[in-house]
Amino acid sequence: MKPYDLPDARGHFGQYGGTFVAETLIEALDQLKAQYAKYQFDPEFRREFESELKHFVGRPSPIYHAKRWSDMLGGAQIYFKREDLNHTGAHKINNCIGQALLAKRLGKPRVIAETGAGQHGVATATIAARYGLECVVYMGSEDVKRQAQNVYRMKLLGATVVPVESGSKTLKDALNEALRDWVTNVDNTFYIIGTVAGPHPYPMMVRDFQAIIGQECIAQMPEMAGRQPDAVIACVGGGSNAMGIFYPYIEHEKTRLIGVEAAGEGLDTGKHSASLTKGVPGVLHGNRTYLLQDENGQIIETHSVSAGLDYPGVGPEHAYLKDIGRAEYVGITDDEALKTFHECCRIEGIIPALESAHAISYATKLAPTMSKDKVLLVNLSGRGDKDMHTVSMKSGLSFFCHPECETGRNVAAAARGETVSPISIVRK
Amino acid sequence: MNRINTTFSALKSSRKTALIPFITAGDPTLDSTLPTMHALAKAGADVIELGVPFSDPMADGPVIQRSSERALMKGMSLRKVLAIVAEFRKDNATTPVVLMGYANPIEAMGREVFVAAAASAGVDGVLVVDYPPEEADDFSAVLIARDLAPIFLLAPTSSAERVQAVGRLARGYVYYVSLRGVTGAGNLDVADVASKVAAIKAIVSVPVGVGFGIRDAATARAVGAVADAVVIGSALVQTMFDAPESEIAQTGGAWLAKVREALDQ
Repeated sequence: MKPYDLPDARGHFGQYGGTFVAETLIEALDQLKAQYAKYQFDPEFRREFESELKHFVGRPSPIYHAKRWSDMLGGAQIYFKREDLNHTGAHKINNCIGQALLAKRLGKPRVIAETGAGQHGVATATIAARYGLECVVYMGSEDVKRQAQNVYRMKLLGATVVPVESGSKTLKDALNEALRDWVTNVDNTFYIIGTVAGPHPYPMMVRDFQAIIGQECIAQMPEMAGRQPDAVIACVGGGSNAMGIFYPYIEHEKTRLIGVEAAGEGLDTGKHSASLTKGVPGVLHGNRTYLLQDENGQIIETHSVSAGLDYPGVGPEHAYLKDIGRAEYVGITDDEALKTFHECCRIEGIIPALESAHAISYATKLAPTMSKDKVLLVNLSGRGDKDMHTVSMKSGLSFFCHPECETGRNVAAAARGETVSPISIVRK
Repeated sequence: MNRINTTFSALKSSRKTALIPFITAGDPTLDSTLPTMHALAKAGADVIELGVPFSDPMADGPVIQRSSERALMKGMSLRKVLAIVAEFRKDNATTPVVLMGYANPIEAMGREVFVAAAASAGVDGVLVVDYPPEEADDFSAVLIARDLAPIFLLAPTSSAERVQAVGRLARGYVYYVSLRGVTGAGNLDVADVASKVAAIKAIVSVPVGVGFGIRDAATARAVGAVADAVVIGSALVQTMFDAPESEIAQTGGAWLAKVREALDQ
């Protein structure tokens, strides 16, 4: 294929991307574009970025051969890119460092972020603490309830978490509210968007900061597997971990790129987050891309067991890669992802994030259809510690952060004259 | 000739400032919108901006956000908004109607289909909040071909080059956002608005309206002294929401009549 050089100067990936925002945001975006262009290849900026990735994040993250599981499946060899081993437990921190370094150079003392599951919020709060920046994180009030532990982590790191009560009270509404904050406080505030969506230059800039994932793989795979992979597999919500690992492989035409969306309760149930598989192109959050919407163009509520994939849009570059056929997009259901989550714990001794479990799950489906000399590389984008509550509930286990949390139930049990178990994990 | 141009020509010769109320279609109730439009016209509205509700109104403050949510809950849609305008036109052939909303409902209907339907319903102008000029070339051309006015926002942060670019594409009027923030915010600086509006008027040939943050007769009057038009939305939407259900249109009309009076003093 011809050299890949998207987006164009106006942020378009084919018909996708662009700058679909109110006039009130244009100046801030123009300023950001100019600053990013200035520092993108600046040796001093690159040096600081790379030094932070090495000493604060712990990069490069290793590649690991899931040999036992590959042997059990009897087909292609599965390798994991271990983004779960990064500081803060996921790939999100790579991008946060890049954008926070820009914020410092722009002299903005305040950063804001949107978050769904809380991973991007935690990463932003982390780097804001490290650089002494004020940090405000917008989070849908439904997500605040579902992700109490990450809310607490952000607060420990000194961030202010603002619950968003508008719309569906989830990630998309948090993004709307962060944009409103930015419009109002553009003079002193830098908006750290967490995924490869939003108005230009965000999809390009976030991809560039996350591309370190794929760049490392290109260097590591020959040593680990003797060659580049036959397929690279990553989960796609907004799509930042997938773009990060796909981007350096786009020109490696022999490597298939496979994005795995959340099929939720099933692609035909209406309860999923599979924007690329089931959506149609439209405009949301500053860019044109595939969206889950009704026939009147209203954005609809999405579902996934994994909060990080629960988003009705997707990065515009994925929309483009789908249309030109360079990447394929498939779905994995909640049940499939949960099954894989448990298998990964038991077979490989790795607790993956539920998001990443979607990608691994597809790899375990694909591997047996391929010969043993084939190679699959899965982006293990985050660790699963944050998902303990969700998984324990779905698995019929009660999990208490604190034994006292169970008190109410114990009192009720005692009143019925039952013996009360003192342990904090009980099987229902 | 487009009704917006006719209206502004007449206002210019009588040296009056245009009053442009904004209401969200379908809020507070589905049936209140049509009688409210008539009441607003009667109370002295020169142009009516009809908000097309969207699930993700990122440029709007809490009042318009909530009004959009209520309207969507009741089943309002772009097609129904157009039906309301067609109904309004049966009894009012002169008051211009501008639709204000977001791109996605229009794209879901299809841009050409929408523009044709809007023209035949009797719409006069369209303001798509998330179509800045760099993304609006084609759409503006389609609108202009049907004698509909593409209305654009200008912000305190818009550079002179951008004001020029908007000036080239804009028809009807331009809408100057009087503060850094979302609709309904409350930190309006009239002196600052006056100097910005003067700078814009030196560049663009269409009238300049001012909105976002005008909440009562007094601010309307102060801004009206420097602008060609005053747009007033959140305060009216809130007033109508607070009214008893049987008096929504009447309350909206009475509230606007006071603003009209202050503006004409």
